[in-house]
Amino acid sequence: MTRPMPARDVAIVAFAQTRHVRDSSADSEVELLMPVLHDVLDQVGLKTGEIGFTCSGSSDYLAGRAFSFTMALDGVGAWPPISESHVEMDGAWALYEAWVKLLTGEADTALVYAYGKSSPGEVRDVLTRQLDPYYVAPLWPDSVALAALQAQALIDAGETDEDALAAIAGRSRRDGARNPYAQLTGEHAQGDYVVRPLRRADCPPVGDGAAAVVLAAGDTARRICARPAWIRGMDHRIEAHSLGVRDLTDSPSTRLAAGNAGAFDAPVDTAELHAPFSSQEVVLRKACRLADDVVVNPSGGPLAANPVMAAGLIRLGEAAMRIQRGESERALAHATSGPCLQQNLVAVLEGER
Amino acid sequence: MLTAPLVVEFPFTRSLGPVQSAFLTGLREGTVLGVRTAGRRVLVPPVEYDPVTAEEIRDLVEVAPTGTVTTWAWNPSPRPNQPLRTPFAWVLVRLDGADTALLHALDAPGPEAVRSGMRVRIRWAPQRVGAITDIACFEPHDGGITARAVPHSGEFADPVTGITAPARLDYTYSPGRAQTRYLTALEADRRTLGERCPSCRKVYVPPRGACPTCGVATREQVEVGPRGTVTTYCIVNIKARNLDIEVPYVYAHIALDGADLALHGRIGGIPYDQVRMGLRVEPVWTGDGRYPDHYRPTGEPDADYEAYKELL
Repeated sequence: MTRPMPARDVAIVAFAQTRHVRDSSADSEVELLMPVLHDVLDQVGLKTGEIGFTCSGSSDYLAGRAFSFTMALDGVGAWPPISESHVEMDGAWALYEAWVKLLTGEADTALVYAYGKSSPGEVRDVLTRQLDPYYVAPLWPDSVALAALQAQALIDAGETDEDALAAIAGRSRRDGARNPYAQLTGEHAQGDYVVRPLRRADCPPVGDGAAAVVLAAGDTARRICARPAWIRGMDHRIEAHSLGVRDLTDSPSTRLAAGNAGAFDAPVDTAELHAPFSSQEVVLRKACRLADDVVVNPSGGPLAANPVMAAGLIRLGEAAMRIQRGESERALAHATSGPCLQQNLVAVLEGER
Repeated sequence: MLTAPLVVEFPFTRSLGPVQSAFLTGLREGTVLGVRTAGRRVLVPPVEYDPVTAEEIRDLVEVAPTGTVTTWAWNPSPRPNQPLRTPFAWVLVRLDGADTALLHALDAPGPEAVRSGMRVRIRWAPQRVGAITDIACFEPHDGGITARAVPHSGEFADPVTGITAPARLDYTYSPGRAQTRYLTALEADRRTLGERCPSCRKVYVPPRGACPTCGVATREQVEVGPRGTVTTYCIVNIKARNLDIEVPYVYAHIALDGADLALHGRIGGIPYDQVRMGLRVEPVWTGDGRYPDHYRPTGEPDADYEAYKELL
């Protein structure tokens, strides 16, 4: 069976992100967000009122407030009412919804944004609230602990070791030094165990940030952007609910999403992987069948900046910018959500053929 | 920059399906149950639906309280609410008779004492209520694998039908620059500072940092009020908890002079049935309040409808 091609050509035509920081308490969410919204709109010469569809991703649990995304809506000129939606997920899934909206033909342009401020709370504890409420959440296993269980399973299976993990962490921070938006850059000691076998450097920095993307379809994209990053395919899939049912050393959901996105139809030259922990890059490289010469996370990836809820969208944006700059012809972008790579989204982006 | 502690605390009360109820009631009785799938795999902890086929599964079995560690992670600094106060290992344990693993804590002297493949057994909590925390933790165990899954009815006296899972998260809330400017002026000088949109020129009170029509930052501060006009109102007849105000009372939208957005407040100093649209009011401050306690009539003639119709 051949895979159906997307019904329309849709591209990422603009991307912007904040300089990610440990603590942005001087800014409210909308104050954090507005500069990146204005940045992407300026890149394509559009005003807020000219956007066909707006979709955002964020989390009330990070903010500690119900319907926190409604405050951020002030930044997009949402009154009088616009065509708008929100996902309580990483912005990569907001981008997916916007992509589908454009594929239906109901809109020609979309503004997608995401933001996350981890600084008001303890993100390791906050993320426990997304777990199975009957059997897991009452134990409050934090995000590092769950990633460490996965890392140990990989070590036991002979798929990696602590030196290999340190090499991933080191490469990410060295690449991050060339990324003006990264939070953690340059050489860092591996540090002590946070939860063994993961050391400080194997874990992402905790911080605040926002990102925005503009999508456009067909000739609109060609008109407002010199080199659109065309979305050739995109899919997202999820693992079984219980950690103990899964093989933590593999990611069948990523492999399935990558296949459905067309990632295996031709080699990619670049991959932006949403692997918040060094050990998760090992799993994703295997699931995405990346060759050794593929450039992985040239931005530094989530180990250089991991604003929760925006970090996945940033992978799509970074991959698109590589294409816009002519540094990539065909790139894979991945986003994840949940413990131990629970849910995975893969997109394949290409320059003009 | 203003900040304030913010606590989000809630007890999640959840009902249980038949399989979850049997499992958690079993824990209370010191019995560990799993569920068998059509593919003959035994899932522990058990679920109501097959994770592969999604079909309903009800075929309960009893497994052993002993098992094998499939992966582990040493936690040198336990966080609040986690199962043990002293350093411990997080473990996934495949109980004897089960094909899948259960997440819990392992009490061990140090990481040197833990490895994948080690044998462990359940340490039961002294008081058990029908929750995953009825397993206090696991502890090292010398014996080999002997037990197999055996059928179980899942029936117990007085089954648990729900759980109450308390959760508390602590935050430090920061309202950002615009709202800090507003709250600081209100508290320090009893002045109300709105902010003007540079594009459409509307003055927002209270300001939130952005014009929701133009999507741009509001930076120019504009003092508004203190007097204003009631644009619309309602009569509150139900007493709110922890609020020491006699009902009925009037809650109103008030357009402060110079503002392009109405804020809301209580109207006092006038019988509730005499409040009307267009009534001119002014703030009343009490004690060391950080914001007006309520608004009262100024005695001025009512405002003309034309003057506030855009602010309804």
